[in-house]
Amino acid sequence: MILNWKIGGLLLGLVFFLAVLLVKPIGVSTQFVILDGIIGNAFNAELVVKTEEGYTSSNAYLAKSKGKYAKNIANPMNYSFIFVLAMMVGAFISSMARGGLAKGESTMPALWRANFGDSAATRYLVAFLGGFVVLYGARLAGGCTSGHMMSGMMQSALSGYIFAAGAFLAAVPVARFMYKKEA
Amino acid sequence: MSQLLLAIVIGGAFGAVLDRVGATNPNWIGRMLSLTNLALMKTILLAIGTGAVLMFAGQMLGLVDVGHMSVKAAYAGVFIGGLLLGAGWAASGFCPGTGVCAAAAGRKDAIFFIAGGLLGAAAYMVTYPAWKASGLLDNIAGGKVTIGSVPGSKFEGLMAFSGDLVGLALGLVFIVIAFALPDRIGRGDESGSSASMHGAKT
Repeated sequence: MILNWKIGGLLLGLVFFLAVLLVKPIGVSTQFVILDGIIGNAFNAELVVKTEEGYTSSNAYLAKSKGKYAKNIANPMNYSFIFVLAMMVGAFISSMARGGLAKGESTMPALWRANFGDSAATRYLVAFLGGFVVLYGARLAGGCTSGHMMSGMMQSALSGYIFAAGAFLAAVPVARFMYKKEA
Repeated sequence: MSQLLLAIVIGGAFGAVLDRVGATNPNWIGRMLSLTNLALMKTILLAIGTGAVLMFAGQMLGLVDVGHMSVKAAYAGVFIGGLLLGAGWAASGFCPGTGVCAAAAGRKDAIFFIAGGLLGAAAYMVTYPAWKASGLLDNIAGGKVTIGSVPGSKFEGLMAFSGDLVGLALGLVFIVIAFALPDRIGRGDESGSSASMHGAKT
C-alpha cells in the first residue's frame, strides 16, 4: 500500500526542498534529450563538437543556450544525468523492499486491464505513443511534472502555473474518458 | 565530486519516495486523473506546499541561498506542451520521472514509455527550429518571472509584492487545498443508482 498522503506529501516536499537547499530544483525531462544526444553522438561524432568557448552541435536545439545541452552530452557524468540514474536505483530498492510489483502489474496496471483487457501489445503501444507525446510536450514546454509543475509552482514561477493548467486540462478529460471502470 | 554524491543521495531519495507515494504506479495516476481517488493529488499538493514554505521561510531567515532558485521561462508553448504532456500522462500513466522509476521497479510497459519518450524528445530536437520560428517560444509576461518579486533573486516579479511572502502564502494555500480536497470527485456520487453500483469498490 502507499503511504498516507500526509506523510508522503511531507517526505516528497522535503526532497524537493533539500534539492533546492543543496543544489538546484529537481527536473527530469531534459535528460531524455541528453540520452538521445549521447546515442546520436555514438553514431555521428559530428553531432556534438568542442569549440574554443565550450561545446556546440549541428542540431539547433542542442546548440541553444550557448551549448549547455551539448556540453552535458559530452560530459554525461554531470549532476542532472546521475540524478536520474540514482532515481531509478532508489525506486528499485524501495520497490524490492516492499516485496516488488503485485502479480500481473509488470505487464500492465490493473486499471488498464479492467478497461482494455489483457493484450500486452495494446498496452505497450499506448505506453510507447504516450511516452512520445509526453516527452515531445515536455520539451516544448521546457520541463515536465517535476521541473515545471512541482519545482516551478513551489518557487511561485508563473511558467509552473501555466504548465500545470495545460497538463490537468488535458489529463483529466482523457483519464475520465479512458478509465470508466475503476480498479 | 561532491556534486555527484549529492545527485546520488537526493536522486535516490526522490526515486524511493515517488515509489512509496504511488506516483510510479500508473493505477494511482489513472485514479487521480479520473478523479476517482485523489490521495496522490493530496500528496502532490502537500509536497508543493511543504517545499514552498520551507524554501521561502529558509530564504527569509537567510538559511537558504536564493541563488539556488531556477525559474523557467513562460511562453505560449509551455501551455501547449502542458496539454500534450497531460494527454500522454493520462493515456500511459507515466510522466518522465515516474516512467524511469517504474521501469526500474520492473514495469515492462514503462520501458516502452521510455522508448517512446526518447523518440518524442528526438522529434522535438528536429522540429525545434519550426517552433522557434513560430514565435510560440517567445517570452510572455516577462518570461522567467515569479508571482511576487523575490529579494535577491535574479528573476523579476510579476507583481511588486514581496516574493518571499507571496511564495510562503501560496505554499500555505497548497497545504490548505490538500486538506480541503475530497477523496474523490463525481462519478458514483452523481446519482443514487450509480452510487450503489460503485459502492462496493470505493
